[in-house]
Amino acid sequence: MKSTTRRDFLKLMGLSGAACLASAAPLRASTGPAADSDTAIAMLYDATRCVGCKACMAACKRVNMEQNNLSYERLATDADQLWDAPRDLSGSTRTVIKLYKESDTRFSYVKHSCMHCTKPGCVSACPVKAMTKDPVTGVVAYDKNRCIGCRYCQVACPYNIPRFQWDKAIPQIVKCDFCKETNLKQKGCPACSETCPAGAIAFGKRKELLAEAHDLIKANPDRYVPKVYGEKEVGGANHLYLAAFPFKKLGLPELKEESPAAFSEHIQHTIYKGFAAPVALYGALCVVAMKNKKAQEKLGHGEDD
Amino acid sequence: MGSHHDEYQVQPGKIFTKPFFVLLALVVVGFALIAYRFFAGVGAVTGLSDGYPWGIWIAYDVATGTAFACGGYALALLIYIMNRWKYHPLIRSALLTSVFGYCLAGFSVMVDLGRYWNAYSFFLPTRWQPNSIMFEVALCVMTYSMVLIIEFLPAVLYTLEQSQWRWVRESAHWLYPRLLPDREALHSGLTVVSKVAGHVQVRLDKVLIFFIVLGITLPSMHQSSLGSMMIVAGEKLNPLWQTGFLPLLFLINCVFIGYATVMFESIVSSYSFKRPYEVHEISGIARIVPMVAGLWMAVRFGDLVWRHQIPAIFAFDMNSCFFLLEVLLIGGGAFMLLSKKNRLSPRMLFVSGAILMLGGGLFRFNVYLIGFNPGAGWSYFPSFAEFMITVGIVALEILGYLVLVKIFPVMPNPKKHFEEAEEETELVGDAVPARMFAGK
Ligand code: SF4
Ligand code: SF4
Repeated sequence: MKSTTRRDFLKLMGLSGAACLASAAPLRASTGPAADSDTAIAMLYDATRCVGCKACMAACKRVNMEQNNLSYERLATDADQLWDAPRDLSGSTRTVIKLYKESDTRFSYVKHSCMHCTKPGCVSACPVKAMTKDPVTGVVAYDKNRCIGCRYCQVACPYNIPRFQWDKAIPQIVKCDFCKETNLKQKGCPACSETCPAGAIAFGKRKELLAEAHDLIKANPDRYVPKVYGEKEVGGANHLYLAAFPFKKLGLPELKEESPAAFSEHIQHTIYKGFAAPVALYGALCVVAMKNKKAQEKLGHGEDD
Repeated sequence: MGSHHDEYQVQPGKIFTKPFFVLLALVVVGFALIAYRFFAGVGAVTGLSDGYPWGIWIAYDVATGTAFACGGYALALLIYIMNRWKYHPLIRSALLTSVFGYCLAGFSVMVDLGRYWNAYSFFLPTRWQPNSIMFEVALCVMTYSMVLIIEFLPAVLYTLEQSQWRWVRESAHWLYPRLLPDREALHSGLTVVSKVAGHVQVRLDKVLIFFIVLGITLPSMHQSSLGSMMIVAGEKLNPLWQTGFLPLLFLINCVFIGYATVMFESIVSSYSFKRPYEVHEISGIARIVPMVAGLWMAVRFGDLVWRHQIPAIFAFDMNSCFFLLEVLLIGGGAFMLLSKKNRLSPRMLFVSGAILMLGGGLFRFNVYLIGFNPGAGWSYFPSFAEFMITVGIVALEILGYLVLVKIFPVMPNPKKHFEEAEEETELVGDAVPARMFAGK
């Protein structure tokens, strides 16, 4: 008697699991506003205008120092402690200007910082919502009060943007957030675009900046390579680039248009069906295991009940 | 693991042996370095960088180590779902290995986490991020570790119930004139513990099957998700490994690694504890391994053909070499077990088990580390301290096993299980076709 009711219960569980499975609403994927939305904000960096003064780097560090617990650079070669030129993005550097040298006379500066992807790997990866994408502006921001420091965001970012403070006992992730809590809040634009004396960093609505970039390419076909970097890479980004050299040479990776993050979420949602699948699996396995166990007990081995 | 406690026995022998102290020394070194890491930061003890944010602590301790700890899972699948009851005597030692493997993988993660004090985020539903594969893996692994401990509990409860508390009584006796006021109170206290243990044991027996099945469901979930974890790395993971089939490959992979570990562990412990070899059971398990490994191979190569990656196999660069090593080890180990003669030889069982663990583990290691390339200018090699921390954790695993089998009834009782095996009546009830769980 008891065993039949238990079995019925399990069957019921399996069935209800299967029912959830059929009706499961698709989980919300971790994307922000569509790339062509009217509210998404963006930055357009024109490498042909950048003069390499690195004022943006200094401004970025000044504005975000406290919030991000940034330090000044200490290079191993800096014996006299007079140097503040980071070699790359790091746990102390959210943006960096590099110089690509094609020949002695042909070169290009390039600014590296977070791309604020439309389908960001870091946001999809982060287990505790420490990386989030603003549903209106599309800004990808980091909250150290939630972060557990697992560094999955670093694995997931196709541009290797998030950096970790390896040398600190109390470390955090460091990356550009368009000065969301600092300059953007106070002055309406990121510190780098405010500071740039050459007008190389435009800031505004993504839609308008993208149109402007395409217009610039059309008007100056000899000045630019005919591509806006960040328009389509891994599903698009809110940080756009114009340049005179192929972007790969400037250290910007060649990426497919599909977002691995979206693919990964698609697979996970297919397998899990909003958690109904594991419940159904558990129910089904319970039924089988109980049945086998009962049969064993009749033979006198297995567990007693 | 109910009241049939005569299926198992406590391994006789001294606890403080020479291997004990060697392992202990390694554990002490590892933990000293771990302590240093908490003062000086993760960078001070590792070779990690922003390009290679995960090193051997994740690629070995977690991704590979938990597969070695899948013996409990793979055996439970066989016993309770496929209804092969004759393997029941093997399960406790496999479970014990699993308990250590999983708990210490969790511990490694805590060492690895940069902001470990925020780990409570996992318990705040407002912070849950169900799109994150790591979120799923983390919750699942934590729950499974608890389930494993519960599954192992009968052995502990049995010992508590049966215990004469000799060492407690003896030390109490020694202390008695000075500290212990009431011998009677102690006596009845200990009796109460025994009684409670006996009581809980009966209750636990009734519901244990639900935990056992949970212990089959959870690894099916997180072992596949451990594969999904690297899909988000996209083009940073070499196309020889980057595929949407990673979850399926990881799931099948952990099943044959689980069996290989059971074989390996059984032979090694029989050898070192000078017990009779459990060839009878082990060879039965060995017969299944080629099928599971064959299925894995089929998926692996089918996927490569489908994605037109066959030429990449023969590029003979680093990736292709590691790929070849991986499939040769798995294929070779599985091939050895096709022969019945090999399956009845403890030596061959040991060798093929070890090869399969190596090959299966290498697949995981490749996915997490070797095939991972964040771009030009980055490189990774584990630092000495990082390596010693992993060694310390593995040493703790072995040490714990060695000690606990001498305290609790874990090892199969040779008298009992040989009789059982002779009966050959284990096939009753229905066996479930493999595809029921292989898909999840
Ligand atoms: S560039 Fe990297 S860090 Fe920035 S939003 Fe994209 S995935 Fe995240
Ligand atoms: S390191 Fe922090 S921000 Fe990055 S994925 Fe982990 S918890 Fe999220």
